[in-house]
Amino acid sequence: MGKRDYSLFGPDAKRAVDSGLTAAEWYHTEVPRKVMKDLMARSDAPAIRDTIILYGSMILFAGIGIALWPSLWSAPFWLAYGVLYGSASDSRWHECGHGTAFKTPWMNNVVYQIASFMIMRNAATWRWSHARHHSETYFVGRDPEIAVMRPPEVAKLILNFFGILDVIAFVPRLLRNAISGPTPEERTYVPQSEWDKVQHVAFVHVSIYAATIALAVWLGSILPLMVIGLPRMYGAWHHVMTGLLQHGGLADNVIDHRLNSRTVYMNPVSRFIYWNMNYHVEHHMFPMVPYHALPRLHEVIKADLPPPNRSIAEAFREMWPAIKRQVMNEDYFVRRDLPPTAKPYREDFHRYVPGMMPPAAAE
Amino acid sequence: MPWIDACSTDDIDEEDLIRWDHAGQTFAIYHSPDGAFFATAGLCTHENVHLCDGLVMGNLIECPKHNGQFDYRTGEAMRAPVCVNLRTFPVKVEGDRVFVEVA
Ligand code: FES
Repeated sequence: MGKRDYSLFGPDAKRAVDSGLTAAEWYHTEVPRKVMKDLMARSDAPAIRDTIILYGSMILFAGIGIALWPSLWSAPFWLAYGVLYGSASDSRWHECGHGTAFKTPWMNNVVYQIASFMIMRNAATWRWSHARHHSETYFVGRDPEIAVMRPPEVAKLILNFFGILDVIAFVPRLLRNAISGPTPEERTYVPQSEWDKVQHVAFVHVSIYAATIALAVWLGSILPLMVIGLPRMYGAWHHVMTGLLQHGGLADNVIDHRLNSRTVYMNPVSRFIYWNMNYHVEHHMFPMVPYHALPRLHEVIKADLPPPNRSIAEAFREMWPAIKRQVMNEDYFVRRDLPPTAKPYREDFHRYVPGMMPPAAAE
Repeated sequence: MPWIDACSTDDIDEEDLIRWDHAGQTFAIYHSPDGAFFATAGLCTHENVHLCDGLVMGNLIECPKHNGQFDYRTGEAMRAPVCVNLRTFPVKVEGDRVFVEVA
């Protein structure tokens, strides 16, 4: 495959449609209907508990940070607050966007709106980009949420651990959305009926930032921005770290989530921040299963999946060298072996998919 | 319009659905929590995914692909990303058989 073009209007986008890739059916592990119904069942209790812990901790850490400000003793509390603001909001945005976190729709919506604001995403736009990410996961030119484009720009990946590029991209887009609604690219995946909402949400976000900046100027202190806005940068590292692991170094343009997604066992704190999205193959295969049931789903289908990475560090040891290799050879990817109990990958389909090649050829 | 014998009432658990294919068309038949039966088109209006793998919650069917929701009694699209309503079909129960009036 030649150089990848990630534009939603480019030749790779057209090729994905013309080759039948976008219309192809994704591989699913077979799960008995009764078991799946049980896994999909919704409940408010786990997400209410986690939301109380999350917002309670944020209020506590920010309160102590403000009380100790500007002493350096406040730093650990800002770091803890920042991770909850700039990283846990990513998983809350994600899970509530799917509508699976809570059973009660308005609870999903409230947490979704708050999380979208904190993670600096337009609540009315990103719902749609994420739908595309699920239909066409890592299809070059079609998926608007590809975190590691090939050849990877390692410096950019590192800068984003501090949210720098995300925020630089967000500010002009926010202003543009507030003034004139969705951009032409956003209009390819946001239905026209939602365009006014995009503008309305952007206007609300602009107003909150304007009030925060005005307060900071009036006080002559960046303290208000330490609470609103800046934690999206100083607390972004955890969601970038876990987000890169979702698909980084794996195949693109395939229709089997076992080839393009990664499940990683993680420590309980990271799992709380990430709301169990470390079970990422499982989530992509069955997006209706709520975050709190993903460990159970993992037990049910793990015999059909590549073995999960044992820790964040071990997953990085697999992914990072692959990303570095992709700098020189953008067709390279890690292809994990399946256990003997698993159904094999569908080589026949993937053989003619752009960019998909046997591992020997990718060496 | 013909009434077609589609399935037995026992074929669908309460608060669940099945896929039913007939004459080149695919349908979804629902058994609601209060014991009534309903039928809709079988494919989601968002991206042509079969609804039979989705989740019935009360009077809603949630699509397995992007969690869009419809009220299966009326076909009304209730939750993004679905915007277009689902087509519905009349259903009647005679004895233990479920009949769908297909168009
Ligand atoms: S295919 Fe049904 S919600 Fe997208």
